[in-house]
Amino acid sequence: MSTLQATLGAVSARPAGEKAAPARLARRKAKSAVLLGLVYTAAALTCALLVGLIGYIFVKGVPHITWQLLSTAPSALKGTIGILPNLLNTLYIVAFSLLVALPLGVGAAVYLTEYAASRRLIALVEFATEALAGIPSILYGLVGMLFFAQMLGFKTSLLSGGCTLVIMILPTIIRTTQESLKTVPASYREGALGLGATKWYMIRTIVLPSSLEGIVTGCILAVGRIVGESAALLFTAGVGTVIAKNVLAAFGRSGGTLSVALYMYVSERGEFDVGYAIAAILMLLVLALNAATRLVRKTMKRKEGAQ
Amino acid sequence: MKTKHITEAVMHGIFFACGMLAIAFVALISLYILTAGLPAIGQIGLGEFLLGTVWQSTAAEPKFGILPFILTSIWGTLGAILIGVPVGVLTAVFLSKVASPRLAGIVRPAVDLLAGIPSVVYGLVGMMVLVPLMMQVFHLSNGTCLLAAMLVLAIMILPGIVSVSETALNAVPPEYEHASLALGATWMETIFKVSLPAAKSGIGAGVVLGVGRAIGEAMAVMMVAGNVPNMPGLFKSVTFLTTAVAKEMSYASGLQKQALFSIALVLFVFIMLVNGLLGRVLKRGEDKQ
Repeated sequence: MSTLQATLGAVSARPAGEKAAPARLARRKAKSAVLLGLVYTAAALTCALLVGLIGYIFVKGVPHITWQLLSTAPSALKGTIGILPNLLNTLYIVAFSLLVALPLGVGAAVYLTEYAASRRLIALVEFATEALAGIPSILYGLVGMLFFAQMLGFKTSLLSGGCTLVIMILPTIIRTTQESLKTVPASYREGALGLGATKWYMIRTIVLPSSLEGIVTGCILAVGRIVGESAALLFTAGVGTVIAKNVLAAFGRSGGTLSVALYMYVSERGEFDVGYAIAAILMLLVLALNAATRLVRKTMKRKEGAQ
Repeated sequence: MKTKHITEAVMHGIFFACGMLAIAFVALISLYILTAGLPAIGQIGLGEFLLGTVWQSTAAEPKFGILPFILTSIWGTLGAILIGVPVGVLTAVFLSKVASPRLAGIVRPAVDLLAGIPSVVYGLVGMMVLVPLMMQVFHLSNGTCLLAAMLVLAIMILPGIVSVSETALNAVPPEYEHASLALGATWMETIFKVSLPAAKSGIGAGVVLGVGRAIGEAMAVMMVAGNVPNMPGLFKSVTFLTTAVAKEMSYASGLQKQALFSIALVLFVFIMLVNGLLGRVLKRGEDKQ
C-alpha cells in the first residue's frame, strides 16, 4: 500500500508547480486531439485509396469489356484485339500450378506437423519457406528461364511458367496448411491411433479432412497470386496470344496470362483501353477471390462453433 | 500386415521428400543466381560493376556500372517507407485501438483487398493518373520519375505494414494500457507512448517486410519510373535494380545478358540481407517476450 501511495504521490507532484497545470492539461488534450485526427486521416486515406482505385478502374475499364474482346484472339488482319487466349492461358496456368503445388505443399506441411521429429530440421525448412516467400518474382522469372526453359528444354512455354509458379506459391500453401493442421486437436490423433489406425490412415481420414478449410484458403490465396503475377511469367511463359488446338499444345507454346497481357498492351503497344478492360477483369477476379476467402473463413468458424 | 508397414514407410518417405522441397528450391535458386551472376562480375570487375556510374549496355564500347540502379533502389525503397510506414502504422492504430468493431470490420477488408490488387494494375493507374499529375504539379516535361515510383511503392507496401502492425498492437497486454490510463494519461498518449513502443518489434518486422517488397517490385515500377539509367533524383527518370533486369532481358545477349544476371545477383544479396534482418527483428521480439 505504501509503495502505491508513493507512486501516486510521485505522479501528482508536478515539477512546474500547480498554476501551470490547467494550461498543460489543455495542451495535452489538444495534442491528443491532433493525434486522433491523424489516426482518422490515415485510415480515411487508406480507404479512399481503395475506393478510388476500384472506382477508377471500373469506370475506365468496364465500358471497354466487349463480347468481341472476350471471345476472340487478336487479329492483325482485321486490326482487332481479343483477350480470349490470355483468359485461357490464365485458366490453364492456375489449374496446372495448383494441381502440382497443392500435393507438394500439403505434403510438406504434413511432414512438418505430423512426422518431423528434429526441431532443427523443422526450423531449417521453415527458414527455407520464409526465404522462398521473400524472393522477388523477377528473380523467380530469371531462374525459371534458366532452369525450366533452357536447362530442362521446356522453352518459353506455359509449362515453364507453370513450373516457376509452382515454386512461387509453395510457401503460401505450406504456411496456411501448417497453420490449420496445428489447430486440429491432439485428442483426434490420439483417438485414431488408440483405435489402432496407422499413422497414414490417421492423417488421411482424420487430420486432413479436419483442416480442409485452411487448405482451401491457401489455394485461394495462391490463385490470387498467380492471377496477379507478371514479372515471373514474362520470361518463362512469354507473351504469346495464339489459341492452341488443345490443352496439351497450349502448354508447349508461349502464352501470356491476363496480367502479362495488360503490361504488353499498355507498355509496348499503347492500347490503354484494352489495358483498362483487362485491369477491370483482374479487379473482378480479385474481388471474387476475396469474397471466396471470406466465405470459407465463415463456414470454418461456424463449424468450430458447432463443435 | 506387411503391406501396411510398407505403405506406412512409403508415405513417410513421400512426406519427407515434400518437406525437403522448400530447402531444395532455395538451394536451386541460390545456385542458379550465383553461377549466372558471377561470370560477368569477374569480367567487368567488381569495383567497376558496383561503383561505375555509367550504364551503356548497347554502346559500341559498353559500360556496365550499376551504381545508379543500386542507389535508385535504395532511395526508392526509403521514400516508399517514409510515406507508407506512417500512414500504415496510424491505420493499424485506428483498426486496433480507435475504431469500433463494426467500423474496423469495414476498413480491415478494404486493406486486405488493397493487398490483393495485382502490381500491373497499380502500374497502370500510376502511369495514367500519377505520372500526368507529376507533370502538372511539378511542371516536368516528362512525369515518369523516382517520386512517382516512390508513391506507387508506398501504396503497395501499405497493406502489409497495416496488417503486421495491427497484429503487433493487438498483442500488447491490456494491463500496460490500463496502467497508463489509471495514471492519468489520455487515450492517445497511452497509444503513442505505451502501446506503440510495446509493439515496436512487431511493427519493425512489418517495416522490414515492406522493404523487401519494395526492393523486389518490378512491373509497377517499370511502368512509372521512366527506365533511364540516371543517378537518382526525385524528378528524374530512373531505373531500379529490378527494372534494369526486366527491361533489357528480352533482347539482351552476350556480356550484356550476363551483366543482367549479375544485377539479379546484387538484388538477391539485398533481399537475403533484408531477410536476415527480418529474422533478427522477429527473434529479438520473441526473446523479449
